[in-house]
Amino acid sequence: MADSIGLDAFVAFERVQKSYDGETLVVKDLNLSMPRGEFLTMLGPSGSGKTTCLMMLAGFETATHGRIMLDGVSINNIPPHKRGIGMVFQNYALFPHMTVAENLGFPLEVRKIGKSERETKVRRALDMVQMGSFGGRRPAQLSGGQQQRIALARALVFEPELVLMDEPLGALDKQLREHMQFEITNLAHDLGITTVYVTHDQTEALTMSDRVAVFDDGRIQQIAPPDVLYESPENSFVAQFIGENNTLEGVIREIRGDFAVVELDDGELIDCKPVNVNSPGERTRVSIRPERVEFNKGRLREGTHTVNAVVREFIYMGDIFRTRLSVAGNENFIVKCRNAPNQVRLKPGEQIEIGWMAEDCRALDAH
Amino acid sequence: MTNSSDTAQSGPMLAADGTPLKKSLARSLRNQKMRALALIAPLLLFILISFIFPIASMLFRSVENTIVADILPRTVVALDDWNADGGQLPDESVYSAFVSDMVEAIEAKEHTKLGTRLNYEQTGMSSLFRKSGRQIRKLDPESDGPFKEKLIDINAEWGEIKAWSTIKAHSVRLTNGYFLNAVDMRRTPEGIKQQPENKRILVKLFWRTLAMSLIITASCIALGYPVAWILANLPMRTANLLMILVLLPFWTSLLVRTSAWKVMLQQQGVVNDVLVWLGVVADESRLVMINNQFGTIVAMTHILLPFMILPMYSVMTTIPPSYLRAAKSLGATNWTAFRRVYLPQSVPGIGAGSILVFILSIGYYITPEIVGGTKGVFISNRIAYHISYSLNWGLAAALGTILLVAVLILYWAYDKIVGIDNVKLG
Repeated sequence: MADSIGLDAFVAFERVQKSYDGETLVVKDLNLSMPRGEFLTMLGPSGSGKTTCLMMLAGFETATHGRIMLDGVSINNIPPHKRGIGMVFQNYALFPHMTVAENLGFPLEVRKIGKSERETKVRRALDMVQMGSFGGRRPAQLSGGQQQRIALARALVFEPELVLMDEPLGALDKQLREHMQFEITNLAHDLGITTVYVTHDQTEALTMSDRVAVFDDGRIQQIAPPDVLYESPENSFVAQFIGENNTLEGVIREIRGDFAVVELDDGELIDCKPVNVNSPGERTRVSIRPERVEFNKGRLREGTHTVNAVVREFIYMGDIFRTRLSVAGNENFIVKCRNAPNQVRLKPGEQIEIGWMAEDCRALDAH
Repeated sequence: MTNSSDTAQSGPMLAADGTPLKKSLARSLRNQKMRALALIAPLLLFILISFIFPIASMLFRSVENTIVADILPRTVVALDDWNADGGQLPDESVYSAFVSDMVEAIEAKEHTKLGTRLNYEQTGMSSLFRKSGRQIRKLDPESDGPFKEKLIDINAEWGEIKAWSTIKAHSVRLTNGYFLNAVDMRRTPEGIKQQPENKRILVKLFWRTLAMSLIITASCIALGYPVAWILANLPMRTANLLMILVLLPFWTSLLVRTSAWKVMLQQQGVVNDVLVWLGVVADESRLVMINNQFGTIVAMTHILLPFMILPMYSVMTTIPPSYLRAAKSLGATNWTAFRRVYLPQSVPGIGAGSILVFILSIGYYITPEIVGGTKGVFISNRIAYHISYSLNWGLAAALGTILLVAVLILYWAYDKIVGIDNVKLG
């Protein structure tokens, strides 16, 4: 993994492995380091090992092999209640038999903080999430979004330096989720806390994080800031998993520095940017983002290579038009364009030519 | 907008055909209700006949006392004017009324029943009625009077105020006498008094039943809670397997299980043998663990344990493990997390199990009967005794009523303290 363990790392996983049954590894050789104050998202499909990593960091699972470091100290053998890590759970885990204020007071109480100081801190934490007047309520009397805020306040009230969040917005409706994404990131940055956030929602990962670690099959496939992840995926999995993506299958014919010539399966030759392909003759999967495909000839750069396509379907989505094409054997080649004035609305059955810039077209592994 | 005219008009809402909406709705639901009623009717009828009616009749029996007034109607009327406090025997009118009543009763062979009934209140009445009956039969109420002297000749006890005052005291048709008996009191001609020292056993039995049921409930909580916790936290497959072990006692006859405890606990039994073999107990001082309170508590705890585990388990499965994790991530030790977060949430299960076990054990009969000896029997054993041996059903009914009321009061108290809505059986 490109990510080396820095000395200043606040959280670090060193060669961590985890197995539940002694036969298969759920987490395979995980190396990761996070500087203080970073908002890192672990993104991946279910079963990819991201939640297991979070649980190992929290102390609810033990690493089968390797070290987990927090602020330069190995925490492998420290029980969860001594780690001082705040955690927000998937379904909030607010204690139903306590009021909101008692919930927030709980971490302070077990730390034997005096009553008056406790009350001040609870009030401050409630104000922080704009729930100042809800201290006397029970969790069951709150809406999902309010419970979410209380859970957040409870994880922050004892001022931990590291906060873990396990799909905290999963149970909220779309609008509220978007609002909370914004609030959580702001809060994390304002307080300067280090955050590890687990989600399977890529939009959430892209909008909230400083860096995103994409998990699959127990490994980090790529760890990068959101824009890099979206625009320069390092392998097919990341390209497929993040955002919408068109793929064309083919074989590398020639590699010339920053450019490679790929022969698509229907015989067409196109220029690509080689990413993780090495030699001619290798099979490759070429990835192009739908919004980087152009079918309006006037907007294509002079001399751009074009490919023939047949329109299969035109989908009107309001802000954008989504057109499904048949290109080089791929029946699900998607083109997106903005609903701008004079934008062409393609009709099914139409024969068109499409083109793209060679640097937007990435030749990746064929796995 | 044709519909708006319907909603805008004043008065009741109308359906499309002009009938009031409420009526229309009731009509459309009637079939559904009738079908539901038909489905529960067999059970309802069964419960009515086999449960509600017997209980009501039992409750009534505890105050019913028509026997004296039915068998000696004329005597009761004649005794109205007589007052035992005066120290005088009743006059001739009472004696002659008594003879005419008795002659009829003897013909119908009911006078011994009356004797038995009065014997509950005053020892000796049974034999007095039986013995005098033979002589009174020969008398003719029309011609043989006056009877005062003759009756006193037949049996000197008819010349004592006590016999007459007992009859008078119990001639009312509704009595609290059985209830007084049930709490070791009795109605005497001189008023309500405590039973003689050697007959005061029922109050003691009530307290013993209560105390032992509490001990049994507490033991069930102590033994059942960890088991329920394990079951609730194991993977489903393993939990189901272990659940069979918990339920296994249900599938074994109650008598077999209780008798097994007899084998286990008796002085030459398995437990004692093992203890002697281990040298913990000397052979000559084997422990007495059966036919006493200890035996009853052990056997009943074992028998009622599933009733504690099942509701606890069903409540605990609904407590997500994330609560404990959350508590620990917030800095609580395992013990604090359990005490402050898990335990309070499992209280409904403990409550449900405790109510179940306590109410079952307070009325338990078979097990105390077999392993309880004399020191470990419950009030229910006494009720059974009065039902099948002494045939004092009135007292049995009174005892049963007190038991029922005690359970209802406890139930009410539980509802006030914990809230019956919090009880979850599954």
